[in-house]
Amino acid sequence: MSLIQEVDYGTPAAKSEKTVTINVDGFDVTVPEGTSIMRASMEVGIKVPKLCATDMVDAFGSCRLCLVEVEGRNGTPSSCTTPVADGMVVHTQTERLKKIRKGVMELYISDHPLDCLTCAANGDCELQDMAGAVGLRDVRYGYDGGNHVKTRQNGEENARYMAKDQSNPYFTYDPSKCIVCSRCVRACEEVQGTFALTIEGRGFESRVSPGMHENFLDSECVSCGACVQACPTATLQEKSVIEIGQPEHSVVTTCAYCGVGCSFKAEMRGDELVRMVPYKDGKANRGHSCVKGRFAYGYASHQDRILNPMIREKTSDPWREVSWEEALSYTANKFKSIQEKHGKGAIGGITSSRCTNEETFLVQKLIRAGFGNNNVDTCARVCHSPTGYGLKTTFGTSAGTQDFDSVEQTDVVILIGANPTDGHPVFASRLKKRLRQGAELIVIDPRRIDLVQSPHIKAAAHLALRPGTNVAVLTSLSHVIVTEGLFDEKFIRERCDWDEFQDWAAFVSDPQNSPEEVERLSGVPAETVRKAARVFARGGNGAIYYGLGVTEHSQGSTTVMAIANLAMATGNLGRPGVGVNPLRGQNNVQGACDMGSFPHELPGYRHVADDATRDVFEKIWGVKLDDEPGLRIPNMLDAAVEGTFKGIYIQGEDILQSDPDTKHVAAGLAAMECVVVHDLFLNETANHAHVFLPGSTFLEKDGTFTNAERRINRVRKVMKPKNGFADWEVTQNLARAMGLDWNYTHPSQVMDEIAATTPSFAGVDYDLLEREGSIQWPCNEKAPMGTPVMHIDGFVRGKGKFVVTEYVATDERTGPRFPLLLTTGRILSQYNVGAQTRRTENTAWHKEDLLEIHPHDAEQRGVRDGDWVRLASRSGETSLRATITDRVAPGVVYTTFHHPGTQANVITTDFTDWATNCPEYKVTAVQITPSNGPSEWQVEYDKQAEQSRRIAPRVDAAE
Amino acid sequence: MSLTEMTEEISNRVGAICDGLAGIEGPLLPILHEVQDEYGFIPDGALQTIAKRLNLSRAEVHGVASFYHDFREEKPGKHVIKICRAEACQAMGADDVADHAKRKLKVGWSETTRDQNVTLEPVYCLGLCACAPAAMVDGKVIGRVSKDRLDRILSEVGS
Repeated sequence: MSLIQEVDYGTPAAKSEKTVTINVDGFDVTVPEGTSIMRASMEVGIKVPKLCATDMVDAFGSCRLCLVEVEGRNGTPSSCTTPVADGMVVHTQTERLKKIRKGVMELYISDHPLDCLTCAANGDCELQDMAGAVGLRDVRYGYDGGNHVKTRQNGEENARYMAKDQSNPYFTYDPSKCIVCSRCVRACEEVQGTFALTIEGRGFESRVSPGMHENFLDSECVSCGACVQACPTATLQEKSVIEIGQPEHSVVTTCAYCGVGCSFKAEMRGDELVRMVPYKDGKANRGHSCVKGRFAYGYASHQDRILNPMIREKTSDPWREVSWEEALSYTANKFKSIQEKHGKGAIGGITSSRCTNEETFLVQKLIRAGFGNNNVDTCARVCHSPTGYGLKTTFGTSAGTQDFDSVEQTDVVILIGANPTDGHPVFASRLKKRLRQGAELIVIDPRRIDLVQSPHIKAAAHLALRPGTNVAVLTSLSHVIVTEGLFDEKFIRERCDWDEFQDWAAFVSDPQNSPEEVERLSGVPAETVRKAARVFARGGNGAIYYGLGVTEHSQGSTTVMAIANLAMATGNLGRPGVGVNPLRGQNNVQGACDMGSFPHELPGYRHVADDATRDVFEKIWGVKLDDEPGLRIPNMLDAAVEGTFKGIYIQGEDILQSDPDTKHVAAGLAAMECVVVHDLFLNETANHAHVFLPGSTFLEKDGTFTNAERRINRVRKVMKPKNGFADWEVTQNLARAMGLDWNYTHPSQVMDEIAATTPSFAGVDYDLLEREGSIQWPCNEKAPMGTPVMHIDGFVRGKGKFVVTEYVATDERTGPRFPLLLTTGRILSQYNVGAQTRRTENTAWHKEDLLEIHPHDAEQRGVRDGDWVRLASRSGETSLRATITDRVAPGVVYTTFHHPGTQANVITTDFTDWATNCPEYKVTAVQITPSNGPSEWQVEYDKQAEQSRRIAPRVDAAE
Repeated sequence: MSLTEMTEEISNRVGAICDGLAGIEGPLLPILHEVQDEYGFIPDGALQTIAKRLNLSRAEVHGVASFYHDFREEKPGKHVIKICRAEACQAMGADDVADHAKRKLKVGWSETTRDQNVTLEPVYCLGLCACAPAAMVDGKVIGRVSKDRLDRILSEVGS
């Protein structure tokens, strides 16, 4: 194994289809028009010395090292900024060039510390490499002149010297090593799109400045690390590299945070992870990352991680560490005896959206083939189940229609109920890049998210609707499109059912669905809606991206279908740049759904009642499968409270914290006889568990994750599981303990089984993934290399289906007791319930959940910024600190749910989506009052949690 | 005026300047000039306001403002004297004149006298090389500046 060194072509690839041939140092090379001489040279393996150029950002031409000579042209143009021209003859090494380069390097080194041997970048420093490449042997200028290197100069303090900035938890900024190449500044602007860095001053005084000469942590920096990756020296350096040293080998794997599914090189020294570097060939992220993926992996070695299996009779007992054999046989016996006493259906399981496809497949197989029922569900129940239902009904597949590259060809984007700069940061950067190129953005969100307005980004329209009125607003957009004749009749006649369209068109044209009428419900000015509809319908390639603000409502499925209607009516499907794109929350929530995690569906979204599908699995698994759908998560909990459901196997999912109505979840878990939690940490659910099986991190196993664009990415093991087994092995051992004859020795065999049983995965195997890097399903005989864009020549279901989307308001209403609407969301530095990110340095940015409240509402209640407030709903109450902001409208409050202490889900109600039971997290009627601190419930909860996390001291067995 | 009132006042006035100029192409430099004309320097908080109004990052505005030495960070004295230090003026003895000025005013470059009367600044070419050494007093250019002439200027401005 060696360190993967990606080729740096110096400048980005040109997109032209026309090619040009030039000659570099005697070699002919043919490249697309617009390619730089530098890149063309690299294509034939000729490295022109360079410092300020790197292929993640546009050419800049400042370092004066990449100069070349071109026959018939004067001077020595820089090869990074000079495009190729047909017949050009280029020389990259001549006496004249050698002299210039040496002179330039000499100047650089005259203001650079000579501490190479003890420098963190030693061995990975482009300045060092270039000094070697140009043959620098001495510096005639000496080191006594003006410089940025020495703290004292000629007996006085050196005013130019700036101390190292260590404020960011993950990297340092050492101005004394800066060569002012501007790569960091350009990476922040072009790749990340935050514009947090600049070069301050001029001439010799120039230095990189975060914000307005601030430190990194206080500046606008979002810590994505693009600058660190771009820095050619140790000026911006990962603290982990400073601590550990340079990595010696690397493995390409996939991030385990959000649904973007970024590819990374895990750079290792032995079995120690030195750093994560985004992989340029990663088709989802194209070499970029966010603070979570690049830096927040510390949880994998956090002291809270549980590495030994544990059991206990009662949840009031302390945990007892036991051997794997004991834990698994204990569980198997418990489950079997529960089934003997209470029936086959008295146990079930929950698959994890954070584990691999293979692991998820095995858990549902264990439940269907081992437990003999269909009581399997997954966290997608509480996030994107309406997406599955809505898109399957209208298009025929339960997934997004595009790949992420598609955004590069989009002209107008509608973004609904999603906050990509926080939830899906790498996609947000790609979207922002397109917006800076001139694409239009329409935001539909109760809150003014960053994309509504931030440096260089301004949405054409922000529809700040009242939470819960998505359907009405979307229908009013369609109203404008239909009544103003802006729909794409040709597309609809060719691709969709024309009769259904006419019914739908008549429905949306009804005056009660006009923006003017809907304004009374939604609070969105009719003119804004009309403008947005016109921009979307007339703007060229229109794409819709959406998140949980769409699905987590009692009309979540209706909203998804309203989105599908809008895309079909405007002809925005079946080609790059358009489409309906759910931004999936977790790394493998798409995969978990694909792998048959739902009680009514076998892998590949096929109903359990379908004889032919069951037959396929029954033949391979050698058992009879139940043809009745099993219980969903809320039904399992209801049944537990009623006493008919007694045991559950939960892999990598914290239902107590993430599911709505915490008290009901707690009651359900408390009523069970055997709760098995398989996780990295003693999560909140484990407070009610009887068996704890330690889990493995994404760094410790092989497998695949499927991201929001249906892309199957490889996850590769970079270190041994600290707990002894990868999660798929644990599930297999549990299955064996229950008497099943499973003998997988590698996840690739599980993938082969998936391919053999599931048509959309028929062509997938590990060899193909190894060759191609990744594949987007469907991948089968018809599409052997996968499917980047779906529904190209027609919809999967045949004709696209328009569904009438009647607006039925939620039963959750504001009133005199609960006059405000609470909606929830995410923040960049934290992920989901925070189990991972809270155990990293990311807490530097977000220590606690805060309640956002409008100044008007705050003043009425006597709430000041930073005050503790009591947040109460019909379901319960909690306390947290308030922050006053006009990002939310009057009447709306907002919070995140990353910290268990806040328990935002004590507040949320048990209203759910009519079709899929997806809970209505995004609308709760609440009241806010000043308070003194945590609520009684929070104090009690903390006590109970602490009590239930006790682990008994280990007693060595007498043998 | 309290600190918050002052910040609010600056933000309002700078905001009004931005509104007046935001429509033109490349409005940042004209806005910075007008702010400096208004206050004599770029006050704290002005850059944040400009960044917000122009939809730029704080960093970008800081990068531009700090690039030009003409934009001051601190309030200057009642009078600003700029002495040219470019080649032609140096050749004609500008350094002596400058040293003389520093001694008399007891300030260094870009500093203000203790009585807040005069700020002494270097400038690189006023386009008056034919009459070197050149200086600029409160926006007015003056040629052939000798030590004596400088003394007269200083007494005119009351230092």
